[in-house]
Amino acid sequence: MKNGMAWLKKITGMRLFLPLFSVFLVLIINVVYDAVQGNYALEFFRLELKEGALYGRIIDILNRGSEAAILAIGMTLVVSSSAGTDISVGSVMSLAGSLCCMLLAGFGVTHVREIGDLQMPIFVGVLAGIAVASLCGLFNGFLVAKMKIQPMVATLIFFTAGRAIGLLLTNNKMVYIHLDEFKVFGGKLWIFPTPTVIAAACILIMVLILKTTSLGMYVQSVGINPRASRIAGINSTAIILLCYVICGLFSGVAGIVATSRIYSADSNNIGLNLELDAILAVALGGNSLGGGRFNLAGSIIGAYTIQAITTTMYALGVAKAQAPVYKAIIVILIVVVQSPVVKAFFARRRAQKLQAYAVAGRS
Amino acid sequence: MVMDKEVVLSMRGICMTFPGVKALNNVDFTLREGEIHALMGENGAGKSTLIKCLTGVNDFEKGEIFFGKDQHPIRNHSTLDAQKNGISTVYQEVNLCPNLSVAENLFIGREPLTRFGTINRKGMISRARELMKKLDIQVDVTQTLENYSIAMQQMIAIARAVDMDCKVLILDEPTSSLDDKEVEKLFTLMRSLRDEGIGIIFVTHFLEQVYAVCDRITVLRNGQLVGEYEIADLPRLRLVAAMMGKDFDDLQSIKSKEDEQVSDEKLIEARGLSHARKIKPFDLDIHRGEVVGLTGLLGSGRSELARCIYGADRAQTGHMKVKGKEVRINAPIDAMRLGMGLLPDDRKAEGIVEDLSVRENIMLGMQSLAGVVKRIPMEKQMEITKHYIDLLEIKTPSTETLVKQLSGGNQQKVIIARWLATDPDFLILDEPTRGIDVGTKTEIQKLVVQLARQGKSVIFISSEIEEMLRTCNRLAVLRDGEKVGELTENLTQESVMKVIAGGERS
Repeated sequence: MKNGMAWLKKITGMRLFLPLFSVFLVLIINVVYDAVQGNYALEFFRLELKEGALYGRIIDILNRGSEAAILAIGMTLVVSSSAGTDISVGSVMSLAGSLCCMLLAGFGVTHVREIGDLQMPIFVGVLAGIAVASLCGLFNGFLVAKMKIQPMVATLIFFTAGRAIGLLLTNNKMVYIHLDEFKVFGGKLWIFPTPTVIAAACILIMVLILKTTSLGMYVQSVGINPRASRIAGINSTAIILLCYVICGLFSGVAGIVATSRIYSADSNNIGLNLELDAILAVALGGNSLGGGRFNLAGSIIGAYTIQAITTTMYALGVAKAQAPVYKAIIVILIVVVQSPVVKAFFARRRAQKLQAYAVAGRS
Repeated sequence: MVMDKEVVLSMRGICMTFPGVKALNNVDFTLREGEIHALMGENGAGKSTLIKCLTGVNDFEKGEIFFGKDQHPIRNHSTLDAQKNGISTVYQEVNLCPNLSVAENLFIGREPLTRFGTINRKGMISRARELMKKLDIQVDVTQTLENYSIAMQQMIAIARAVDMDCKVLILDEPTSSLDDKEVEKLFTLMRSLRDEGIGIIFVTHFLEQVYAVCDRITVLRNGQLVGEYEIADLPRLRLVAAMMGKDFDDLQSIKSKEDEQVSDEKLIEARGLSHARKIKPFDLDIHRGEVVGLTGLLGSGRSELARCIYGADRAQTGHMKVKGKEVRINAPIDAMRLGMGLLPDDRKAEGIVEDLSVRENIMLGMQSLAGVVKRIPMEKQMEITKHYIDLLEIKTPSTETLVKQLSGGNQQKVIIARWLATDPDFLILDEPTRGIDVGTKTEIQKLVVQLARQGKSVIFISSEIEEMLRTCNRLAVLRDGEKVGELTENLTQESVMKVIAGGERS
């Protein structure tokens, strides 16, 4: 009994408890629904190999959640260091995709069907897309770190202009690249969906960077107290700038993935509203949007949670138009459970219980 | 005579635990109306915690609070609750909104309204002016608060508390950033409030101030009540002994004759450095193994001079040599690479990174010297952190405790550890002992002398002349943003005061 309590306390005290708890909640809903419907109860977890590719609801979530997860990496750093959000990431994704497709197809060309028609090797186009996204990040970072403009205002510029520039580049048309070599980024790699692999790679790289350098400490230090950090020798401006560049870079990667999925530059729709998912992912991960300490794992789990909710909705047969309503309800629940007020409530309850134990023990 | 007065507040058996620390253990406290009651104790003794339990910032586990003439039980759940109950607090660090005007700060949350329910700005401003006049504080109430010095902001915070019709006024280290004249003004105010029947709880580290203004003393140690005393029954030495639980070498000299010898080697030669509106061009030489004190009234440019050398505020004119080499310092990191370190006077704003752990706070300086790519291995971080926790006797539950959970003195030690870890040649300590208990104060002073013995140079800035006399080889005196003189011989309190006050220059 006592051991059980200690165990429970240890689990609930963990930093990742709530993000993991929310994922768990979504899973339970799925299992219960399947059971009630008379389906195989563990339908949610079923994996199968069809035509050399893995299928299953979990794979679907991991696949579709890739872009949000990639964005959440950069967003976490931006939120931590500058106590603000980069709302341009969705537009920058679309800009990266548009530039990539335009470079590959050539200006004004709307369809590429033969590899010989490409204007340049695919990897050059992809790198150019990622590079332009990084430049957008640099611009945002310059405005925030150097000019001290509020992050939301600074990134509002590319939020509005990003898609328009994309349309300029593609001459207001959809640009299709009907080539398997291009589709691969949104397709499959061996038996896995490529987006999942790319997301995993991005996460891995970032984790390695955080483990082997002191970037994490710098970013948090600057986010908590930029003045003290400066006195201690940290170049706060450079750190914030770097975070925005990293955020831009990952937006570019996400943009390429999203573009490759539909093998076309669709400036108006790629990454639409995805900045909100990325920000929500950071918040769901238990990170304060007021900057400071961050938890990358939390953000990533948050991103997949959002996708899990969406996928669950569709599995439950909720119409696409109504899905956001249910999504909102679940988000409210998760956010309220994580709120300081509720946390304080449970902390008080625990203290009272402990006191009751102490009193009981004495008598 | 004080005994006859009626009890306005009594706290009985207060217990409070923080993770890993028993902060308060069965503490009693009694306050009578019309008395000034000093709450004394070293850092971490539980003074601030007790205050916070009273004002509802902390939720204590056990105990009761009785309030008013009828001694009805109360329990505050927030400072707002406390204010409504007639308990106002002015904290150690100014808790006002720097971007609002003085008048707005005075009336925030209780703004006078017009008939239409909007804020009556005119009324607010005129009431603010009246209040300021009554308290003899010279400010323009329409100016934004951040235009005023910390000292002035503190006075305004007190004015706000005073104006809120309180029966109990808590002053938590209000004098740490005031100069003597301002302190005297505050005391006058406190005495007149006492005569009006308000009970005042006065938390301070300055022993003289306790004896200057208080009627009664309650001493805490390690979260426990040591005792409550009439001021006449507790001479200074016994108070110190009660606080520390041991004898105390406050008045002992910590410097020996040899410490007066400094090498001829110049570590720093500053010529004509200045920063617009903050510090006029100054020259300053600092030798190896020397402790140079910067003295002057608050706002005389003491901190600014040091910040100019360190590059915290970039020097706009002049040039500087370090170890005989011409250097250009654009940012603190440049100064750090030259072997400098700065402990800033505002610990909360520029010293600690409050949400980072003790370890991270200590490692910050070393790590930024190493650069972002070369992360110092975790074993080495732990080794260094533990070394300094032992060396400076930092009281912390663990290396991973967030630094904001430590008491003020221990936070200060963490920042000192941060700089010692970088093995600097030249350390600037700006008010390192402010808001710190007597025991730690002496430790820090000894540390300064020891650093000098090791051939390091120190700039030491303090509002307490006595403390400077004990540690410094030489004093540079500042007045109105200008370096007006240097004193090397016959350092006495009087001679220094004379130069600070003006008149002849030495």
